[in-house]
Amino acid sequence: MPTNDSKSPRDFIAGHIVDMPRSGIRDFFDIVSTMKDIISLGIGEPDFDTPWHVREYTVFALERGATHYTSNMGLLELRRAISKYVEKAFRASYKPETEILITVGVSEALDLALRATLNPGDEVLYHEPCYVSYRSDVILAHGTPVTVETKRDNQFRLTRAMLEAKATPRTKVLLLNFPNNPTGAILRKEDLVEIAAFARERNLLVITDEIYAELTYDGEHTSIASLPGMKERTIFLHGFSKAWAMTGFRLGYACAPPELTEAMMKVHQYTMLCAPTMSQKAAIEALTKPQTAVVEMTAEYRRRRNYLVKSFEEMGLPCTTPAGAFYAFPYIGHLGIASKDFALKFLDREKVAVVPGTAFGACGEGFVRCAYATSMENIQEAMRRMARFVQSLKKG
Amino acid sequence: MDELLTILKNNALEKPETIARMLNLSVDAVKARIADYEKQGIIRGYQAILNVDQLDISHVTAVIEVKVTPEREGGFDRIASRISRYPEVQSLYLMSGAYDLLLFVAGKDLKEVAFFVSEKLATLDGVVSTATHFMLKTYKHHGVLMETQDADERLQVSP
Repeated sequence: MPTNDSKSPRDFIAGHIVDMPRSGIRDFFDIVSTMKDIISLGIGEPDFDTPWHVREYTVFALERGATHYTSNMGLLELRRAISKYVEKAFRASYKPETEILITVGVSEALDLALRATLNPGDEVLYHEPCYVSYRSDVILAHGTPVTVETKRDNQFRLTRAMLEAKATPRTKVLLLNFPNNPTGAILRKEDLVEIAAFARERNLLVITDEIYAELTYDGEHTSIASLPGMKERTIFLHGFSKAWAMTGFRLGYACAPPELTEAMMKVHQYTMLCAPTMSQKAAIEALTKPQTAVVEMTAEYRRRRNYLVKSFEEMGLPCTTPAGAFYAFPYIGHLGIASKDFALKFLDREKVAVVPGTAFGACGEGFVRCAYATSMENIQEAMRRMARFVQSLKKG
Repeated sequence: MDELLTILKNNALEKPETIARMLNLSVDAVKARIADYEKQGIIRGYQAILNVDQLDISHVTAVIEVKVTPEREGGFDRIASRISRYPEVQSLYLMSGAYDLLLFVAGKDLKEVAFFVSEKLATLDGVVSTATHFMLKTYKHHGVLMETQDADERLQVSP
């Protein structure tokens, strides 16, 4: 038999993985992690620890032996609690027995939703700037991502007209994430209604990642799943990482009609089996007890947001007021410097980390993401340094 | 509760300029509201929260349960008001349950507190009995942990 000694380990890698770029955030992380004593506005997770009652209950659950597998779908008690909560908070009704699947974070839930629904070449409409994994997740599921760019000049709104312009006969899925990471934009009610009509007319499936829903500061969050005629074509994704400050628990869920839930469950059972049992117990505690901590954390985020927006205004950096999540996305394009260079120089000169907007899509050029999931003290100091830095750039 | 008070309760040193930004108010409006709260007596003072255990000084705190005879018309208020005048008394509360008043009394040593209880407190008209408990160590005071917390262990940059 002929042998081939020239084969490199790289040759084993699947084509669509070779072509997939590393997350832009990872490159930046590698640089930041070599530095000491920096103030980071680059962290996409709450600075608050998980509420104590949840941590304490998790330990109790472990002591009681919550160390075994659960059913593939997840603990029924948790699914019941989620059903109640989603009904109340999002006005969308899902049966705990057949329409709710517990997952390892929204990350897994999104992967399941895409893998369970995409045939090779199916097109997925998604909006940028967006969370770093959407595009790659679609590719991993052998779909074709189609980008819809949202713009600062209309507050990063997503409208029906923008979707129409990119839709083709192969479009199958519309992927939404509002409140949005990294812009903090939310969907306006009038846009939401139009987008829902678009999805119905085109017979699209909507996958909606509403992980930041509770962190909405102006007005009330409305889920597309609650609109008439939408439940049957929507996979609603949510989890505990952000509002409950439970990132490390890795717990999320998908709500969808029984057929879709069953399809996602198939992928989940063969790849994950079930979400961690102690995390599921923790989630029951988080959902069924008074939401005091969530309310307090949200109020604190709102105060920090106000502080940031005012600071950017004084620095002369245009910034759409983020209506949700914990990110501000100020414009720096007029300073004559690319996002990545801004972030690198700022880090080098002032020891403050912000994330280049390009990590969230090409149209993020001209922006940087500043997360306000850090203490007021850090935010104040970071803003003092940023004002100084921006001033120095203006002088050339 | 007014969000302004929530902020000050958390950090009394927060500058009016910072508070103004956080609440979308003018600096003058914030100053005026703080002045108003002070005038109304809702804000009674501003203090540093100390971990006295870390200081190289002799000190002791006692928690004292006091049973008193309430007076006709005056109820508990008159005797409570008298007791609260002693500078040794740090805090004083009217309680439900097995006793009536709860006192936090500070002194430089056990003897000083014992003297206060036996010579001043117990001899007051209306005081029926006292039970004194000495504090051994402070773990949390006014909502603040006395043990230094670990530094932020989150990844420096995450999506």
